[in-house]
Amino acid sequence: MNEDKVRNGNRRSLLSGPYALWIAGFTILPLIVIMKYALTDKTGAFTTANLTAIFTDPINRKALWLSLKIAVGTTLICILLSYPMVLAMKHLGLGKKGFSLFIIILPMWMNFILRVLAWQMILSNNGLLNLLLTTLGFEPVRIANTETAIMIGSVYDYLPYMMLPIFTAIMEINEDLIEAAKDLGAGGFTVFRKVIFPLSIPGLLSGFVMVFVPSMTSFVIADILGGGKLQLIGNIIEQEFTTANNWPAGSGLSVMLMLLVLISTAFTMRRKTEGRESALW
Amino acid sequence: MKRLKDFASGIYIGLIGLFLYAPILVLIILSFNKSRSRVKWGGFTFDWYVKLFANKQIKEALITTVILALASAAIAVLIGVPGALGIHAMSKRRYKVMMAFTNIPMLNADIVTGIALMLWFVHFIPLGFGSVLLAHITFNIPYVILSVMPRIQQMNISVYEATRDLGAGPVYGFFKVLLPEMMPGIISGFFMAFTMSMDDFVITYFTKGAGVNTLSTMIYGQIRKGIKPEMYALSTLIFLAVSAILLISNGISAARKAPKQNDEERI
Repeated sequence: MNEDKVRNGNRRSLLSGPYALWIAGFTILPLIVIMKYALTDKTGAFTTANLTAIFTDPINRKALWLSLKIAVGTTLICILLSYPMVLAMKHLGLGKKGFSLFIIILPMWMNFILRVLAWQMILSNNGLLNLLLTTLGFEPVRIANTETAIMIGSVYDYLPYMMLPIFTAIMEINEDLIEAAKDLGAGGFTVFRKVIFPLSIPGLLSGFVMVFVPSMTSFVIADILGGGKLQLIGNIIEQEFTTANNWPAGSGLSVMLMLLVLISTAFTMRRKTEGRESALW
Repeated sequence: MKRLKDFASGIYIGLIGLFLYAPILVLIILSFNKSRSRVKWGGFTFDWYVKLFANKQIKEALITTVILALASAAIAVLIGVPGALGIHAMSKRRYKVMMAFTNIPMLNADIVTGIALMLWFVHFIPLGFGSVLLAHITFNIPYVILSVMPRIQQMNISVYEATRDLGAGPVYGFFKVLLPEMMPGIISGFFMAFTMSMDDFVITYFTKGAGVNTLSTMIYGQIRKGIKPEMYALSTLIFLAVSAILLISNGISAARKAPKQNDEERI
């Protein structure tokens, strides 16, 4: 009986054969190829200079620092905006309805680049934001082509990716647990701190990965909202492949970026695999 | 106190809603703007919508985008669903290894995935529609696997084994028992893959080569010269179409749920 099961299991695992081949061909081999480029110079000789360039070249260092700043800032702001939003939806009983999910997801269906361009129009010095501010009698702000503008665009773009998993996690919490905590005398904030927040951590972690990684590595947002003056590490990599045409340098930066991203998100992986898989949506 | 909290919640949701939808409103308004300028209002017009349907380039990019999304999502389902079934049957250690590899395209930055694929593709195929399709399938399979896997974990394999013991062939058993159980996961995986493919810019940008354009790469190419207002019109149409589809499907699933609840109450 048991042997039978094992044999069935082994036979069934053969179903993943095509997928295993796909992983080998399109996940592992490309990574080996990019490593190869990263470890050779233009003549084809072995070098580690492409890897260390991310720290040794001042332009790269500056871009990396700015990317980290934007990524950390974006992630924190997204977390701070998401919790009240989800709690407010829960409070008003919008949690169980598909409609609130719809409201969060829908903006993602307007083309991503156009949405960033719309922010450029809103934030430009004679744009809509300043029109609104001056009409209301405030001083206009000058945030076009600044780090703030990139941060706003980034928060805007990735906010749904933080809200969705936190929303799912919080709406799955058994209402009885919250009731029990209240019956035992917990106030609103204690309920959040002791019950809601701990149970939302899996959602928070998926949100973290889904916001931190793209906001650190994007180049389009900085391209449009930074006015071409502010460069993230993604912009530098992109230029190595387009205008500079220096593939080894671009590959070296990419590999380092990959390692940095893996290191900074590694702690989320253990929790995720422990609970096997938390659904994304 | 309760009313104050209701009020604060409403205001907060409204503010976040404004933040999420203000840029979209701007784009919709621009699609009706007679002036080509992005900052001046030149009067109301439907011109861009009329011109849109005459624009061959945009039509081509739209068709490429949709075919790419449909094909990559469908192939991702065909590889990913058996893949998930197989991975689920593996020993714990091999399961973990396979899931770690599944997570690579999701965890890795798009720019790294795109560049790595491009560097690999140039060794054996010309960059074009084919290479973009391969790239999209690659990042779509994980979405399918991750949305089917919870379904597979929940289902009782013994039911399938029982049908086999009772004489059903593996194909019959698959279609009668396994597939219906997995269907919700497959559908959500398909739609997620479709959405990701439609929305992708970075990976397409690096793997497409010259000559092929999706809507995203076309828009990106227009940034320096100025976006053609037809693009605003097209995006508005897509946005409205998707809102309508989502609203209707929401309505249907709500209507389906309602009678069920009544039944439960009666019992």
